[in-house]
Amino acid sequence: MASSPDPSRSSHYVTDAYYADLVVDFTDWQADDRLITEAATREACRAFLEHEARLLDTHRFEDWLRQFTGECLYWVPATPRGGDPRREVAVCLDDRRRLEDRVYRLRTGAAWSQLPASRTARLVSNVEPFATATDDILMVRSNFTLHEFRAGESQLLAGWCAHRLRRTASGFEILVKQVNLLNCDQNLRNPSIII
Amino acid sequence: MARGTGLTNAPGVWDWDALVQDDRVHRLLYTDPAIFDAEMSSVFGGTWTYVAHESQIPSNNDFITTRLGLRPIIVLRDRDGVTRALFNRCTHRGATVCRQAQGSARVFQCAYHGWTFFNTGELSGVPWPDGYATDLKDEQYNLAQVPRLETYRGFIFATLNAGAVPLTEHLGPMTEIIDQWLDRHPGGRVKLCEANRLKYKGNWKLAYDNAADGYHVKFSHRSLLEMENRLKEGDEKGMSFYKDAPDEAPMYVQYLGNGNHFKDKRPNVEDRPGALWDIEGAHPGMEHFESSIRQRLGDRAEIALDLAASEPVNINIFPNLLILGNHIQVLQPQAVDETDSTWYGTAVIDEEDTLEGAVEEVNTLRMRTMESFPNFGEVDDATNFEEIQRGLAAEEDPWVYMHRGLGIPGRVKTDDRGLITAPATDEVFMRETYRYYKELMADPPTLEIRRAP
Ligand code: FES
Ligand SMILES: [Fe+2]
Repeated sequence: MASSPDPSRSSHYVTDAYYADLVVDFTDWQADDRLITEAATREACRAFLEHEARLLDTHRFEDWLRQFTGECLYWVPATPRGGDPRREVAVCLDDRRRLEDRVYRLRTGAAWSQLPASRTARLVSNVEPFATATDDILMVRSNFTLHEFRAGESQLLAGWCAHRLRRTASGFEILVKQVNLLNCDQNLRNPSIII
Repeated sequence: MARGTGLTNAPGVWDWDALVQDDRVHRLLYTDPAIFDAEMSSVFGGTWTYVAHESQIPSNNDFITTRLGLRPIIVLRDRDGVTRALFNRCTHRGATVCRQAQGSARVFQCAYHGWTFFNTGELSGVPWPDGYATDLKDEQYNLAQVPRLETYRGFIFATLNAGAVPLTEHLGPMTEIIDQWLDRHPGGRVKLCEANRLKYKGNWKLAYDNAADGYHVKFSHRSLLEMENRLKEGDEKGMSFYKDAPDEAPMYVQYLGNGNHFKDKRPNVEDRPGALWDIEGAHPGMEHFESSIRQRLGDRAEIALDLAASEPVNINIFPNLLILGNHIQVLQPQAVDETDSTWYGTAVIDEEDTLEGAVEEVNTLRMRTMESFPNFGEVDDATNFEEIQRGLAAEEDPWVYMHRGLGIPGRVKTDDRGLITAPATDEVFMRETYRYYKELMADPPTLEIRRAP
């Protein structure tokens, strides 16, 4: 079998089957009987998400990208239940290449919506890991508030995230990060930060 | 006893010839709350104003809630299939009677005291009617509704101006441009889907001024232009044709009357199947779905791929409808310095299966191509709009200039139909739009509502 193409340069993995799995994986996954109560896993997930929040708050976007798998997704739905991205636009739906585009743009020195850059502080809490049908893959729900200060004004974003994580030798890597803004279906002011 | 309707605007208190000049307009147009209030009747509702797309209310009893200027309205297809725009304002004491964004309903019951209205606007009943000495069948208790609602190929427009010419006459040559945009799709139709919804703290006209502006692209969108071409050898993707000498490019801007304008970038692109797809920027699933569509359609694949790619036009219908690429962008003023700009996505409908089963894949790609500009382009424009609003706080320096191209012989051409054409960086479309705006504001139209179902 030929080696798979570099997802940073071409997008072959975002297929119909990929979308279909995405919709299934992100529907009705928060079942109480799948909740992981074991303290070590819960603590590891909490630490992972706090680290991720710090990378974004300190604008370490390249390090943040390294938290993701090669074939990854960053998804901010525009509807409260996420819907099917094959039939609706999202606030953001970035595969690996577009996520790198996003970071590249922020680094051009000409992304006026982030000049000056937003200062952000994220509070991540209510971290709950859930088991999936696959041993080394977890789904993690967390709530967040994100205070953003930019150009003399503050705004508050709030909501919850669903991270689809794969265990690695040293911790976790992100397969999919879904950000569910409480006001995802409302008009957003300057949604140019990575949430 | 005749009671006044209170619907006629007070005569203008502004000197419009001073505020709107040939080459510039005054900052008050963007900053004065009183001018904003006057616009909400003289412009929004005073002229034909876009309110909804037919695909949002496909069946009888379907509705959406929106606004006409600041007036809350329910645009619906009533029980008999008639399209109406009811004021979402209970005739009892004023509460909204419908609080959902969309849905299906035969009646609307006010949540405050329970007055109930048919979706024709007619009052169907009130709790304990014996308590009223007046005849509740009197028309004055029916919901108010917009007296004139007309549709052009799926786009529903409303006006409260009883004297307005019919919609197609008002749109005039714009209809041909809308036709061209729709007719590239199978069946000549599209369906609205979810939206990228943005808000900026700035006047609504800043976005309308921008709609056909080919001058800002290289600067305001520099980060996007660099991003789109970062993986390429030469510059060729997306809006690259703005980069060097946009005035010399074959693209152009055109003014078509009544505040409507058109920026046509299609002449920059080769006229062949696949040319649009070839300049489309990278997006999720691009390579996979392209090869899948090519396998399915063979040498007809380019037609399908071009439908996933963005159409390089800006079709701007004053005051609030901007059809661009594959988006239907709608401006909703919130206040003199706050505007919602909603970028509805559109999906291809292929009832005749002209795409031989590829329509789902085309739409999947199309969702991703449409997410690009709001994410990586519009946020920078919106920031510039906000910074204009800040800049215009400087009272002693009131002028906003729009004289690019003015007075250069041979640059701006008017044809025998009166269409005005200029290079894509010209601001003639703004000058002409403000001429129309001035007419509306200086001589406010008489507005009317209707209560008969
Ligand atoms: S305000 Fe609607 S019933 Fe009273
Ligand atoms: Fe722009």
